[in-house]
Amino acid sequence: MHTLLLLIIPIVFMVIVLFLKGKTAGYVALTSSILSVVVSIIVAIHLHFNGYFDEFNHIWISSFGINFHVGIDGISLILVLLTTFLTPFIILTSLQKETENSSVFYAIILLMQAGMLGAFTAMDSFLFYVSYEVALIPIYFICGLWGGENRIAVTLKFFIYTLAGSLFMLVSIIYLYLQTPGNHSFEITEFYKLNLSSTQQTWIFCGFFLAFAVKIPIFPFHSWQPSTYTTAPTAGTMLLAGIMLKMGLYGLIRFVLPIAPEAVAHWNTLAIILCVCGIIYGSVIAIRQNDLKTLIAFSSLAHVGLIAVGIFSMNIQGIQGAMIQMFNHGVNAVALFFLIDLFERRSGTRLMDKFSGIASVNKKVAVVFAIVMLGSVGLPLTNGFVGEFLLLMGVYQWNMYAALFAGLTIILGAVYMLRLYKNVFFGEISETSKSISSMTMMETIMSYKLIALIIVLGIFPNLLLNLSAPAVTKLLNLIANHSNMTATL
Amino acid sequence: MNVVIALTITGILNLFGSIFNYRKITPLLSIIGLAAAIVFNSLEWNTNQPFFHHMMVMDNYAVAFGAICMVLAAVLIIFYNRFMGDNDHHLAEVLSIIVFSVAGAIVMVSFTNLLMLFLGVEILSISFYILAGLKKKDLSSNEAAMKYFLMGSFSTGFLLFGIALIYGATASFDLSAIAEFVKLNSANTNYLLLCGVLLILVGLLFKVAAAPFHFWTPDVYQGAPTIITAFFATVGKIASFGAFYRLFRLCFAPISSEWSGVIMVVAIITMFIGNITALQQKSLKRMLAYSSIAHAGYMLLALLSPAYMGASAILFYSVAYGISSMAAFIIIHIIQTQTGTDEAIGFTGLAQKNKVLAFITAISMLSLSGIPITAGFFGKFYLFSSAIEGGYVLLVCLAVVNSFISIYYYFKPVIESYFKNSHTDNIIQLNNTETVLLILLSIATIVLGILPGLVTSI
Repeated sequence: MHTLLLLIIPIVFMVIVLFLKGKTAGYVALTSSILSVVVSIIVAIHLHFNGYFDEFNHIWISSFGINFHVGIDGISLILVLLTTFLTPFIILTSLQKETENSSVFYAIILLMQAGMLGAFTAMDSFLFYVSYEVALIPIYFICGLWGGENRIAVTLKFFIYTLAGSLFMLVSIIYLYLQTPGNHSFEITEFYKLNLSSTQQTWIFCGFFLAFAVKIPIFPFHSWQPSTYTTAPTAGTMLLAGIMLKMGLYGLIRFVLPIAPEAVAHWNTLAIILCVCGIIYGSVIAIRQNDLKTLIAFSSLAHVGLIAVGIFSMNIQGIQGAMIQMFNHGVNAVALFFLIDLFERRSGTRLMDKFSGIASVNKKVAVVFAIVMLGSVGLPLTNGFVGEFLLLMGVYQWNMYAALFAGLTIILGAVYMLRLYKNVFFGEISETSKSISSMTMMETIMSYKLIALIIVLGIFPNLLLNLSAPAVTKLLNLIANHSNMTATL
Repeated sequence: MNVVIALTITGILNLFGSIFNYRKITPLLSIIGLAAAIVFNSLEWNTNQPFFHHMMVMDNYAVAFGAICMVLAAVLIIFYNRFMGDNDHHLAEVLSIIVFSVAGAIVMVSFTNLLMLFLGVEILSISFYILAGLKKKDLSSNEAAMKYFLMGSFSTGFLLFGIALIYGATASFDLSAIAEFVKLNSANTNYLLLCGVLLILVGLLFKVAAAPFHFWTPDVYQGAPTIITAFFATVGKIASFGAFYRLFRLCFAPISSEWSGVIMVVAIITMFIGNITALQQKSLKRMLAYSSIAHAGYMLLALLSPAYMGASAILFYSVAYGISSMAAFIIIHIIQTQTGTDEAIGFTGLAQKNKVLAFITAISMLSLSGIPITAGFFGKFYLFSSAIEGGYVLLVCLAVVNSFISIYYYFKPVIESYFKNSHTDNIIQLNNTETVLLILLSIATIVLGILPGLVTSI
């Protein structure tokens, strides 16, 4: 029932928020998101200590065998936690400044939260698809209504791109549905039981891969990403980079690996090569960026590429690494975008060459930024390290050379992040930098919380790893059984 | 039978409106007549009653399609009264024609005899020819009527010729007799029959505006008064598809291997031509005309799917398409009359001027482009599922490609109304009835999107 509660809270509050005005709307939305955090923690405690699998199942469209079936296992839990933990930060960041039509803005954020939670908890593939799309409409409006220059073309491109991918997923889902025995069912667990031939698996793999590759994004399906991240308002970028693209990674783990294991085993070489290309490409382009937001957007391309590589390597380290790194990347991305927004709010620009010497103006922000940056680069004792370590270990088991190239992300990551840090924080104090002389109380508290998350997860990664471990093991057993079964046939 | 009688009486009463000078109350009269017909219609549910010596049967399929057509016509009449009512001297006649054409639609979806099919098609089409030319002094409206009449009568000729050939082959007009004949002789090729089927196919493809028989559509849709275009695009199309599906499923299913290839090719061409041409249109009315061609392409998929899914799929799609398309045309009409343009610029800044209207625009466009949680999404989902069940996976992939092409043009008005600021201070107004009706249409779109079981379970 808690799962259902998680979905209902944002929707109920969304309706309330629509009737409010100004900052009140934001504070009510914040209340809702904090309630979600509480509920998700309760779910986590239940799952971890009592092994209690929380689910809710109700017939939705009986003639099609579609159920409103939501549930949270270890894999979903990490992403649910990510969503609920980050939403308050996103709302708080937006509260730092006046937003036009704020009631609609916060209502849309809550709707999006509901959509994403729906996708992460869906046990029914039809529900998954619907939630996947429902999350897309709010972000389209967030970017379109509150975005920067050229927003119309950029958001439309983003929308069509994502929808195009996901429609092929829909075709795959329908195909799988029609393969299920008896009265047909959209249950994901029913899909796991199917015995598909390798040709069928290949096509299913293609359908899902297109959808998720656009969403993640995997090179060369990424062309919507940098422009959308740059154009979107900060809250939109945080939602996109922090949470939304994880829907694609989650989809890979939840659908592609267990349903089409043979096809993955066959095609993962190609997928990994693409991801590695994306890693290097994203990092190299990030080195040359001047706009801070674009820089982080490209770095994000590199980071999620590594996560996807981990998933495709199909071993426990790779997938566990992906699980924890999805969470960490979300936290780091939101922290970075929060800091950039802090700069932009005060100085009105986010171009790197306009800033220099902030460290001498404001030591606090310099330290905060340094820690977040180190987390993002993956220094030991920060959260990024554990994730990247596990991911690279997973890839190494799959192929040494792939790991070698994928490992470049750490070196190149250090290059662009340190370059950014050097340019922005050291040197002569520029005019623009002077505006960043102080942080408000709220900003300080938020930064400390984000830093706390980064360090705590860096030192105790088991907090998350233990949550997802049983579910990941189960998933891998399922895949192993599947291939044994086909082998004996 | 009561349905047809009620509609005919309403039509005749309307016709006398001008003579006995009660023109002003004819809209009310038509609504009451349609309401009565809808009630009679729902009473026929599950009765499977045959009428007129087995020339028509009110089975559930007919009842469901009849209900959609009548509800849409009622919505249309309410709006017609508002938009044309004040300075229209022919209100009574126009309304009676509309009501008559609905009677034609009812005949088209409930026929069990090819003669009734022809009769229904003619009642509907002749009414449509007149309606297209309603703006007597407008050149394009005249052009529309003329074009529609010439092309339409030509295609009716094909239909009639096809019926004649089928009669020649099977010696019957009765669907059950023809079905029996086709079933018995499905093993050996009967060229006379096949030619008949092909000619009927051409006639009906013309009526549903499928490519390559779609050339009349854009001009007619653009030339006719917008509110009438809404009628063509919804009631006309739905009734034609009702007849199409009924005939081909009931009669020609055993020889589907002979015609399914044709349908498949036509569906592909129709979808692509409709969507790609719609991309380039400036006039939204023309854009919707091309998009309605594309929708015909999607709906053809239902003909290729197994019988137990196809009927329900095409029914659901008709409901979803009818509601959203009706709303879209009405909105365009409102914008056109109040800003003087039917291009997307008319929508600029609509969200600031009239939030309700902007929201309804968004909902209907989202539904037409098939985004969850609107009825349009489930309609597409249902059609795609049924076509995949029929084994046409590749065709569905092409339909999917078309689906996302269509987003580009459907989003134009949405983008204009939400993301751009208006430079003029035209105020866009609606009266209460219209607002309520449009909101009802939007609510129906969303409710059917969330709970499609309401329609699919019947």
